Amino acid sequence: MSDIVTVSAAEEGNVGASGAAGAAGAEPTRGTGGRSGPAEPSLRRRAGSGAVAAFLRPGLILSVLVLLVVIGWALVPTWFTSVDPLTGVPAEKFTPPGAAHWFGTDETGRDLYARTVHGAGLSLQATVIAVAIAMFVGTTIGMVSGFVGGVVDDVLMRVVDVLLAIPGLLLSLMIVAALGFGTTKVAIAVGVAGIASFARVARGEVLRVRNAPYVEAAFASGVRWPGVLARHVLPNSAGPLVSLATLDFGTAILSVSALSFLGYGEMPPTPEWGVLISDGRNYLASAWWLTTLPGLVIVAVVLAFNRISRALSAWSGGER
Amino acid sequence: MGLYLLRRLGQAAVVLWAAFTVSFVILYMLPGDPVAIMLNPGGQATYVDPEAEAALRAELGFDKPLIEQYFTRLIAAVQGDFGTSIRTGEPVLNSLGGALPETLKLAGASLLLAITLGMALALTATFMRAKWLREALLSLPPLAISLPGFWVGLMLLQVFSFGLGWFPAFGNDGVASLVLPAITLGVPTGAVVAQVLANSLGATWRQPFVEVARAKGVSRLRTHLVHVLRNAAIPSLTIVGLIVGSSLAGAVVVETVYSRSGVGRLLQGAVAEQDIPMVQGLVLVSAVAFVVVNLLVDLTYPLVDPRITTRRRVGA
Repeated sequence: MSDIVTVSAAEEGNVGASGAAGAAGAEPTRGTGGRSGPAEPSLRRRAGSGAVAAFLRPGLILSVLVLLVVIGWALVPTWFTSVDPLTGVPAEKFTPPGAAHWFGTDETGRDLYARTVHGAGLSLQATVIAVAIAMFVGTTIGMVSGFVGGVVDDVLMRVVDVLLAIPGLLLSLMIVAALGFGTTKVAIAVGVAGIASFARVARGEVLRVRNAPYVEAAFASGVRWPGVLARHVLPNSAGPLVSLATLDFGTAILSVSALSFLGYGEMPPTPEWGVLISDGRNYLASAWWLTTLPGLVIVAVVLAFNRISRALSAWSGGER
Repeated sequence: MGLYLLRRLGQAAVVLWAAFTVSFVILYMLPGDPVAIMLNPGGQATYVDPEAEAALRAELGFDKPLIEQYFTRLIAAVQGDFGTSIRTGEPVLNSLGGALPETLKLAGASLLLAITLGMALALTATFMRAKWLREALLSLPPLAISLPGFWVGLMLLQVFSFGLGWFPAFGNDGVASLVLPAITLGVPTGAVVAQVLANSLGATWRQPFVEVARAKGVSRLRTHLVHVLRNAAIPSLTIVGLIVGSSLAGAVVVETVYSRSGVGRLLQGAVAEQDIPMVQGLVLVSAVAFVVVNLLVDLTYPLVDPRITTRRRVGA
């Protein structure tokens, strides 16, 4: 018996490059977000004890705090710093981090902390756009695919397989080459690269929920399929999608900053995290803080999103 | 074996066609006009001669209907013509000549590192009996994947090139200049390998044949390294194939950080100049690499697990 299992597992990894890429490509990004368990305890019953236990974990609390601070930076940067991010004090150029300048200053004496705080707006905005595109388009494709089935499902899923097989960054680079440069275009490019994994997860969820008794009941009582989809299927598939979205925030921040580091995003002097790191690159030998500190901020935000995503998927999919 | 190979080749052709089509759709059908960009880089010129624009459009074949362009370019690609850069006027494959060996060196070195690191970590972690130690080791890969690659590269540069002076900071000279780029590219890859391998090692340990081996008196270490590893290898092999095929994307970032010449750098420049045919050509080259590597990986499956071909033969 175990022999047969092994062989068929191997075969599955073998179903041609694109199929394998689909399965494998989705896994590492989803990480522990993968969910299973046919008998899922009801969300509401778990919510009480699960949420309390989850929030007692110091790592999770820290993650939430990091995100709250960074969202604060993005929304009202002036609460966090009164220094202008664009005008520098030439006399104070290349000041190492200290009490006066928490993150030090750059080659024209601009305060790096102020630039990081003001950069949060642009970076997070791009991330939100990217995740919104990936989630909205991906979920729609996945839901339609899973719900309609048949040829539509086949065609859509083959397209999704191909998209999953292309590395996300390569896909984004192609889109940037076609659309041009700027934070919004970079955000679109990153968003499109994320569509396929949402489509996969959404389709899986629809297939799981579609034959549930309450969906049948809704059909039997005369609800049309858009209604069933919106009122019954979507809310019951939301858990994994939300946890994937949180995880995707982390991935999207990485991609957005990588693309703006490569020079396809905002032009200097506009503060944006990837651009800050790219600017600091020229002074690696003399001013370590210019690349190190904005990078640490990105790392902190990504880790925070990943941690929260893990908590969400544990909460919605049962402890694993 | 012949049929197995034939099926794989057929699938490879489909994957290449799909890669061509996706790149065509994105690069040629999205708004963004290569000719307009070429005549007016950065959108600074106030006037572009419409006749010159039309002539150039005709010369490059951009005046034809999209569907005709699609087939012209597809047929050319099948015949080994991956397009011509609109910047330099050189065929994409020519510009590739000098760059490809550099990127292959980088990809090879980083792959070696990734496999070594990934295997070492997964084997050690799953062999540990102490739960906390195992969990501590297995929490490393997700961490490595969460770090921005370009930033890690810059940090390594800062410490080991500028701080300690151990390695050159840029260029393609010799092995020393390869160390930091290979680490930057290889560590996140190794993390993925470690995750996949650790998962399948864990699953294989629960199989009955392991119990039999142990009952017969095979030591725990020998079971782990000989019996379990071989049976758990296939998924990681698949992942390694996928990773190698997609190393161009990583090379774009790493080669930019370390100012190395290579295919990634070529692509970075082509995107920056919006040299659409060049971008498509490089994407196709990467797709070919992807397909070839995965074909090779497919062919090694029977070596690791002889049952895979046997079943095919019986089935076919």
